[in-house]
Amino acid sequence: MPELFLAGGTVLDATGSRRAHVRVIDGLVVETGEGIGAGAGAQVLDASGGVVCPGLVDLHTHLRQPGNEEAETVESGSRAGALGGYTALVAMPNTDPPIDSAAVVRQILELGRASLCEVAVAGAITVGRAGERLAPLAEMAEMGVRLFTDDGAGVQDGRLMRRALEYALPLGVTLAQHCEDAALAAGSVMNEGEWSSRLGLPGQPAEAEELMVMRDIALARMTGGRLHFLHLSTAGSVAMVGAAKAQGLAITAEATPHHLALTESCLSGYDPNFKVNPPLRTDRDRAAVRRGLADGIIDAIATDHAPHTQEAKEMPLDQAPPGMVGLETALAVAHTELCAGEGPLMPLADLVAAMTWRPAAIAGLHARHGGPIEAGRPANLCVFDPTARWRVDPEAMASRSRNSPFRGRELTGRIRHTIRAGQPVVIDGQAQR
Amino acid sequence: MTSLLAIEDLGADGIREVLRLADSFVEVSERAIPRVPALRGRTVATVFFEDSTRTRLSFETAAKRLSADTMTFSVSTSSVNKGESLRDTVETVAAMGIDAMIVRHRSAGVPWQVSRWIDASIINAGDGWHEHPTQALLDCYTVRQALGLDDPFPGLRVAIVGDIKHSRVARSNVAAFSALGARVTLVAPPTLLPPSLEGWPVEVSYDLDAVLAETDVVYLLRIQAERMNEALFPTLREYSALYGMTRERAGRLCASALIMHPGPMNRGVEIAAEVTALPNSLITRQVTNGVAVRMAVLFRLLGAPEASEALVAHA
Amino acid sequence: MAERERLLTPPLGGVFVARAQVMTAEDVSRATTRIAHEVAERNHGLDDLVLVGLQTGGVPLARRVADALDTANAQSVPVGSLDVAFYRDDIGLRPVLPEAVTNIPWDLTGLTVVLVDDVFFTGRTVRAALNALADHGRARAVQLAVMVDRGHRELPIRPDFVGKNLPTRRDEMVDVSESGVMLGDVVVK
Repeated sequence: MPELFLAGGTVLDATGSRRAHVRVIDGLVVETGEGIGAGAGAQVLDASGGVVCPGLVDLHTHLRQPGNEEAETVESGSRAGALGGYTALVAMPNTDPPIDSAAVVRQILELGRASLCEVAVAGAITVGRAGERLAPLAEMAEMGVRLFTDDGAGVQDGRLMRRALEYALPLGVTLAQHCEDAALAAGSVMNEGEWSSRLGLPGQPAEAEELMVMRDIALARMTGGRLHFLHLSTAGSVAMVGAAKAQGLAITAEATPHHLALTESCLSGYDPNFKVNPPLRTDRDRAAVRRGLADGIIDAIATDHAPHTQEAKEMPLDQAPPGMVGLETALAVAHTELCAGEGPLMPLADLVAAMTWRPAAIAGLHARHGGPIEAGRPANLCVFDPTARWRVDPEAMASRSRNSPFRGRELTGRIRHTIRAGQPVVIDGQAQR
Repeated sequence: MTSLLAIEDLGADGIREVLRLADSFVEVSERAIPRVPALRGRTVATVFFEDSTRTRLSFETAAKRLSADTMTFSVSTSSVNKGESLRDTVETVAAMGIDAMIVRHRSAGVPWQVSRWIDASIINAGDGWHEHPTQALLDCYTVRQALGLDDPFPGLRVAIVGDIKHSRVARSNVAAFSALGARVTLVAPPTLLPPSLEGWPVEVSYDLDAVLAETDVVYLLRIQAERMNEALFPTLREYSALYGMTRERAGRLCASALIMHPGPMNRGVEIAAEVTALPNSLITRQVTNGVAVRMAVLFRLLGAPEASEALVAHA
Repeated sequence: MAERERLLTPPLGGVFVARAQVMTAEDVSRATTRIAHEVAERNHGLDDLVLVGLQTGGVPLARRVADALDTANAQSVPVGSLDVAFYRDDIGLRPVLPEAVTNIPWDLTGLTVVLVDDVFFTGRTVRAALNALADHGRARAVQLAVMVDRGHRELPIRPDFVGKNLPTRRDEMVDVSESGVMLGDVVVK
């Protein structure tokens, strides 16, 4: 493949920020600097005015394949990811069949081989995600699985979760939890509180998430296991994780762009595109999640990209499945909410950290993703324009599904190019295949 | 205002307008030929995804008395059971050319979703636990009629008793009575109140007996037996002992107090059979007034012929 | 009469501005008496006869005609009122709401109904009134009494008893009350 030359951008990675061009040959970064020039025959991509950072890494994507290809496939989801600046996705195991065996892991890795993002696989903690018996964690770890979760649901049984944490210790993997007490959350459609009361909808209280966060912190302390909390959404959860980290426990956490941007009042029009688990919460919760990210209590932003067909999202609110697509808008939303405008909450470098090298480390993908942009390292890169303004149009998205809560919103920050293993898979916002 | 989805769509002035209009329709309903040509040529479709013969008939009678054509869709005879989606069902009905659609569904918010898909005026005939605006309007009308005053509401003490949490009638009535200036008190055990009453213009009491002597209108809500399975209260008997309108409790109301219930009633649970027949019970009148009030709502929404052309002419 | 009501009520919310007085209070009073005599004469008495005033201008006038009939004939004539809001055919942005509840507490079958209105203009209000009356029984005859006929009729309907014929421009407005008849304009904001 020809040499790739990213010209005139500001390189931002874990070592800091600097004006530099970037030369990529045969899948690797070969040199960076202000004084370097492109080789003969190089494909030049304009990065002027843009930020060149490691390709984004999503800890939490639902690719729906196998089982619900109408909503998304590994291929379409990867294209959506690439357009969102992602070079690596961790596929969640609530597929049909679920990813609870080596065979299904293999199937998805196979499907992901030709896709625009590197697709890593998260395995289920329990067989069938039923919460009753341990899944073959070692067998899946052997195939490279580094993250295990029953996501879509939390592991309800404390004893089982304890055993899982203990059993996983020698495997060098991380267990991730979707914290939701099924009994407290039963039948719920949104956050329980002022809005659910007004709208006449059953809600789940913050405690439905917090009780499991509390339990799992205790179990992590008891077992010494490594634990990652998926999509934290409440002030109480953030506070508890902060305290646990302060005590040195091996705990990490993520938050979604929609929990950073939106609140429960979005449900006022009964639009199922705002229905999600965990639900959009109060202003206070949103502020705490933003603060938690800025303070480093929350390590990463993860999309929880959850595609659903139009028919599914046009059902009555209480019947519609929860979930929102997010790969194509994640960086833009996070940037708009946290870095753009007057009084930004966090510096751009911290935002990039939360979407690149920190999730790469949690996912065990740091060998190829998120790393410093320097000679010898794999070229998984993203060029984005922090000042570009654009309006979200789900009809124009690469995802097969349209259930975005940001329809019609104007965002500041847009992906220009995405480079995967040295190949430009997105140029000027257009997917190359 | 083209649709009536929630009481707040009307505002206090709108509510009063509907109540006064209803007077005229009560008069029409008492004629030998209870019909006026006001909505001649208009088509009104009742689309009920939840069974309710009584409310559906009330709406259809109202439409017919205004000379509108009616179309009926009810879930048991529909293709919804064959897997046709909500949107498809609603768009199919609308495609036949309708001016208004009256929607009832067990899921809150469906009227809002429907209003985003079709052009007709939408009337919410009950969406899950959320609202049932025409019920609240006919309740306000019945109180006004019983007290014989145009505006008896300011300072009127209304107690709504029962399963507030799951009651669309309660939510609409809280909105309507309080908009008109009444003082609303909710009476229920804590488990039957919404999780948050933030912003609700109400007082709360867990003790019905304490509230009885200072109430002008007691509004009883139906208690569903199924709620026992959700650990909301232990038994119907205990509920009835604490919150039922027994003959004895009815006796402790002031002489002028009024008793109401939206129906259908669980006699012996939230209300004793003998209480329904007391002279200060408005329950039968609530049903009767339903048609006139719904005529008023339909007339207000649809009664300007060729309004869209007029809009163009005035533009 | 209807058109005037429509212009004066929200959202049009117009205001009547008088320019000239065309009948004084005495003129109106004499005309009322004359109309009463004509009604009695034409109907050979007042048996089986009722007056129905059209909301709103016709209602007080019907009352005064009834009083005049009572004075002259020592016979009390029943008076009802009719609001034609539910029978109108005019185009509007909002439905015009009835001013008051219709009060026709008798079966009109076999009776002579004298409709009473203050101003006769296009005739559409009377057409609507005829439709409404038909719902209360089959009257033997319907007659129409108005204080002012201002011309511009659009239907083949004309009053039987007229206080004054007053040619007007279409855009003018006529206001009738006990203190007289004024000609003017409606200023619509």
